[in-house]
Amino acid sequence: MKIDQNTIKKLASLSKLKFNEKEMELITNDMEKMIDFIQTLEEINTEGVEPLIHMTEGYNHWRADEVREMLPPNEALKNSPKADSSYFKLPKVLDK
Amino acid sequence: MDIPSSFTEIKQQINHGQLNLIDLCQSFINRIESSKTNAFVEIFKDESLKRAALINEKINLKKQGLLAGMIIGVKDNICFANHNVTASSKILSGFESIFSATAIQRLLDEDAIIIGRLNCDEFAMGSSNENSTYGPVRHHIDHEKVPGGSSGGSAVAVAEGLCTASLGSDTGGSIRQPASFCGVVGMKPSYGRISRYGLLAYASSFDQIGVFTNNVEDACLLTHVMSGKDDYDSTLSHVKSHTSSVKSLDKKLAIGVPEDYLNFNNLDPEIKQKTEEIIDKLRLSGHKINLLSFPFVKHLVPCYYVLTTAEASSNLARYDGAHYGYRSDEANDIDSTYELTRSEGFGLEVKRRIMLGNFVLSSGYYDAYFTKAQKVRRLIKEKTDEMLKENDVLLFPTTPSTAFNIGEINDPIKMYLQDIFTVHANIAGVPAISLPLGSHSNKLPFGIQLMGRSFDEDSLYSIAESLMQL
Repeated sequence: MKIDQNTIKKLASLSKLKFNEKEMELITNDMEKMIDFIQTLEEINTEGVEPLIHMTEGYNHWRADEVREMLPPNEALKNSPKADSSYFKLPKVLDK
Repeated sequence: MDIPSSFTEIKQQINHGQLNLIDLCQSFINRIESSKTNAFVEIFKDESLKRAALINEKINLKKQGLLAGMIIGVKDNICFANHNVTASSKILSGFESIFSATAIQRLLDEDAIIIGRLNCDEFAMGSSNENSTYGPVRHHIDHEKVPGGSSGGSAVAVAEGLCTASLGSDTGGSIRQPASFCGVVGMKPSYGRISRYGLLAYASSFDQIGVFTNNVEDACLLTHVMSGKDDYDSTLSHVKSHTSSVKSLDKKLAIGVPEDYLNFNNLDPEIKQKTEEIIDKLRLSGHKINLLSFPFVKHLVPCYYVLTTAEASSNLARYDGAHYGYRSDEANDIDSTYELTRSEGFGLEVKRRIMLGNFVLSSGYYDAYFTKAQKVRRLIKEKTDEMLKENDVLLFPTTPSTAFNIGEINDPIKMYLQDIFTVHANIAGVPAISLPLGSHSNKLPFGIQLMGRSFDEDSLYSIAESLMQL
């Protein structure tokens, strides 16, 4: 299936990925091949078949709703690229 | 030091007072340090030796756990508290886990020693272990060949004798395919058998932790220890864990052989021949062989790629540069924080899969691809359950070929087709094991696969053991 640049750009934006021109060409080519490949599923008649959504049908496990300390702030911040006191520090979101 | 290849032997030597764990641990460390395969990305040296001393004490007091003397390497996508875990990705460079995966904790509770972290394909996406920020893992027999993937480091570590067993994860064959290429036992338990808590998610409805070992007995003991209910994984089955040691086979079996696999046109003739020899031997020893037709061979990998990329695109959305891991130096607002971090942090294969995943999930394509694949998954699962109703186990090769050259496969579809015989078990959620039964005239090993019924690892292990003795 042919995919136009706008579709690829839209997908990149949904994926929060950026591609330069050369990468764009490569990824478009790969996407076209991959979509042709998955298109073979069309050959199978699935009329009246329910989609399989959960692999573990038939049981649901409940646990008691108890308050537990799962993640103390100092541990939550341990791997943060930037932190300030008990906050994650990020570049500003709004200009004003 | 001459290190015994299996835990069964190590345990015997420990019981006879012939083996000191510090010596054992140091010998493995020496081997890892002189290895050229790039299987280990980090050795937990001092703490392993300290733990060995501690467990020696326990052994002296006869208070040791089930796994005292077991030295294990862990794939770099399973969390171990206060140790780095990166899924071989730049985006997690420097990340240190603050908790241990349930699987790891259970091994530690039984006195296993975790000796280090093993190289893999980035986020477990790949079939050759070439997609790693640490560089490719090399096959232990021929350094120009790949070990398979994504758990390539885990397979080589056991094959090369760098540890007694290793953990891997298997989403579409990532344990069994490298086990086949490297000549070791590779086991993927039933979906829902071992908690996924602490396993870096790739495709949650497929992922399963499993093991690499030198014999069936060791695999059985390890998956037994790691199995069972866990508050932190709600998809986990509460079905009773399988036994800790392999039960001997006490009956004749019905063994199903899907002929479509044997007739797959890219199957290496020697692998086909060996599979047929094994089938003949099984028949001669009184087992019933049923030749089966499985009409979905061509559709397995496409179904797998639609569903796993969809799940991956949403699982990997968490890597945003905000809370942990890598953040681009150029990030100066919200969009550049996300886009630059992810574009610089992820490798090409991961990006491809995120893009395809978002394609099949996007409006206009969702029903045609994603829902369609979920329906096909049901058909495949139903057909598999039906085949396993009439047969105790299904038997076919693990891989269509032996290990290929590093750099040989550049086409993503060709690479995906490496998993043609292994994705079946993940799509259906059933357990499967690769046994090192084949040796090719090109001097490389290959595996034979057994696929069993969900949550009947007991039978699968019994049959596997009897096949190894055949």
